Amino acid sequence: MKHFFLASILAGAMALPAYAADYTIIAPANPGGGWDQTARSLQTVLQQEGISGNVQVQNVPGAGGTIGLAQFASQQKGNPNALIVGGYVMVGAILTNKSPVTLKDVTPIARLTGEFEAIVVPAASEIKTMADLVAALKKDPGAVSWAGGSAGGTDHIAVGLIAKAAGVDPTKINYIAYSGGGEALAAILGSQVTAGISGYGEFEAQVKAGTLRLIAVSSGERLAGIDAPTLKESGLDVVVENWRMVAAAPGLTDEQKAAVSADVEKLAKSAGWQEVLKTKGWQDSYLSGDAFAAQLDKDVAATEGVLKDIGLVK
Amino acid sequence: MATFEFLLQGLWVAAQPMNLLYALIGVTLGTAVGVLPGIGPALTVALLLPVTYQLDPAGSLIMFAGIYYGGMYGGSTTSILLNTPGESASIVTALEGNKMARAGRGGPALATAAIGSFVAGLIATLGLAFIAPYIVKLALVFGPREYFALMVLAFVTVSSAFGDSTLRGLTALFVGLALSVVGIDQLTGQARLSFGVPELLDGIEVTTLAVAMFAIGETLFIAAQGEKGPDKVEAVRGSIWMSKLDWARSWKPWLRGTFIGFPIGAMPAGGAEIGTFLSYAAEKRLAKHPEEFGHGAIEGVAGPEAANNASAAGTLVPLLTLGLPTTATAAIMLAGFQQYGLQPGPLLFATNPQLVWGLIASLLIANFMLLVLNLPLIGLWVKLLTIPKPWLYAGILMFATLGTIGANPSVYELGMLLAFGLLGYAMRVFGYPIAPVVVGLILGPLAEQQLRRALAISQGDVSVLFTSPIAAVLLVIAAAALIIPLILRARGRGEVLAQLAANED
Repeated sequence: MKHFFLASILAGAMALPAYAADYTIIAPANPGGGWDQTARSLQTVLQQEGISGNVQVQNVPGAGGTIGLAQFASQQKGNPNALIVGGYVMVGAILTNKSPVTLKDVTPIARLTGEFEAIVVPAASEIKTMADLVAALKKDPGAVSWAGGSAGGTDHIAVGLIAKAAGVDPTKINYIAYSGGGEALAAILGSQVTAGISGYGEFEAQVKAGTLRLIAVSSGERLAGIDAPTLKESGLDVVVENWRMVAAAPGLTDEQKAAVSADVEKLAKSAGWQEVLKTKGWQDSYLSGDAFAAQLDKDVAATEGVLKDIGLVK
Repeated sequence: MATFEFLLQGLWVAAQPMNLLYALIGVTLGTAVGVLPGIGPALTVALLLPVTYQLDPAGSLIMFAGIYYGGMYGGSTTSILLNTPGESASIVTALEGNKMARAGRGGPALATAAIGSFVAGLIATLGLAFIAPYIVKLALVFGPREYFALMVLAFVTVSSAFGDSTLRGLTALFVGLALSVVGIDQLTGQARLSFGVPELLDGIEVTTLAVAMFAIGETLFIAAQGEKGPDKVEAVRGSIWMSKLDWARSWKPWLRGTFIGFPIGAMPAGGAEIGTFLSYAAEKRLAKHPEEFGHGAIEGVAGPEAANNASAAGTLVPLLTLGLPTTATAAIMLAGFQQYGLQPGPLLFATNPQLVWGLIASLLIANFMLLVLNLPLIGLWVKLLTIPKPWLYAGILMFATLGTIGANPSVYELGMLLAFGLLGYAMRVFGYPIAPVVVGLILGPLAEQQLRRALAISQGDVSVLFTSPIAAVLLVIAAAALIIPLILRARGRGEVLAQLAANED
């Protein structure tokens, strides 16, 4: 019975809301994913740096984060101690799932990290450069199969944007969705598909080992330490960043919002957070206030456009 | 023999007293979360990740390894004793294991599960150490069409292996398949059969369905029988240890389970469940007394349990060699590696040999520790069966609910748990087998996605499904498994038919 006892304590600890918490962070995903890792890193650093005494993380998985978002927006209204982690994937998921709750229903505080997309081909592939891939795409869009993460996610959106920039009909792209970049990796390594697209981190080890060829990255400028041209250099006007952010509850007063923003800024500037970014290989893309709000609006508009072009949103 | 030296060095590291303590904590915690339905090793490792930040890499990875193996093992205990699978990979164990427990043979069932897990874990961990690079090359040959062929094989063998009536088995399987299409279609991102309920967008959680059908359904069934419930559970009949005959009947299934489970676990889209299904089907076909299946055949516990643990080690093959996590737990262990600035992948064996071998050695230690921890506990576990029925089932109901809520705090999840519990009750009352529903839910999406991926890559050319040699071989085996029994049935008027008739009841 000892096991039952231990396990029930564990279950109880997770099932009950933590009343003593200074912050409760909702990770709108299962344990292990990017949002969960972001939430748990925030938890560690907020406590380590003494910004907050007690931080709890709660997983509310489902539907690209929209379940967690909806629950957060309705249950935490006006609660200055509640945070939610989210990101670019949510922007697409809100549109494809026709979610009644959008990012307008929460209080976005700051963009924290981001990752750029990498386009890879198997080492043995005849395709050597992005230009080769674009040429193949123009010749027969259906014959170029792309492996990447879930349908309507960042990877899919990036392929749509690439097709559009190359003058190819985005509805014709042959995108093979996997549950994540990792599963797609196996298909690319096994040469089951023409090319792969996902966050650079998913491919980094393989690129370094020479089993995948990195032909382009989706950043605005070349990335330090990564030997690959940008899509822009390859003649495609596409910049995609899979960013992650933290948002607060709706209905906060200006003072409450300022207090949360100050805490998050302290976190983003702290040595502990910089250390986390380094060990996890995340880009620092801290952006807050009006600049972030403007960027968010731009991303939502662009994403809606491309999802319509691909045919995922009517 | 550099490999061997590294392994010895790793064992030395893992055998330090502090590391042994971490291993002990790990397997104890792992067994505990494996026992509780709904809470898996993934969540436990995620919760412990910030705690272990202060430990050295070796210590924390050893603890994770213990949780991982412990979780895989712990699920079998509740499957056998309470007919409540803690993890989806121990669903098959419940089929024969619980029948054994009811016949007073819970001790041998738990023992064959524990020793089988140990044997499988040992062989598979050594496999991970010595042949991982080759296994992973084989695994990468598997593309969508090969996976689809494997799923066809799994469907054919599994659906004929469960239950006594093919029609009832297939009906249950199709209920599961229908449930499996609920949610967002992974390939197009469109919602199917979700009726505008956002909670249904991610589909139906396998553990929720399994816990509901097995635990809640069973509880309702027992409660409905009231005092006149026919099956008096005998806690112990005969020895609680395995007899000579039990050993003789167990060792081959252990080995077969290992060799089925390990490669399938190593496949990026394999998973632990399929190995257990195939192992169960194989044991039923190979057993000397197939008529015992469904009434507590020890082979049906030994094989799937070995397959389950072997695939747990198999999962680490793509993780360590490709940096490719294929289960949620592996994904979090990857995060654990990254916490120490290590990037699993093709270079890890070359750049951090101490750590890789430390991990492999700690898996061996964890495996051993599990056996030491669990064999003496069998006597205690079996006493669970002597708890008066009302208390026992009230406890099961509470833990099932708590586990589901713990995994996903949502009213819908709880509603689904109850609804499927009622479905499980109804199916029991009308004599339909439960397991094929869960099998359908697990295999359905895999088969569908792989088929559609294969056809998308070939741009609709169906012939692609048969032109790969591996896929062709798998499909031929599947066809043989389907047709040969039919031929035998058509030809034989004597022995074969009699045996089949014996199977019917």
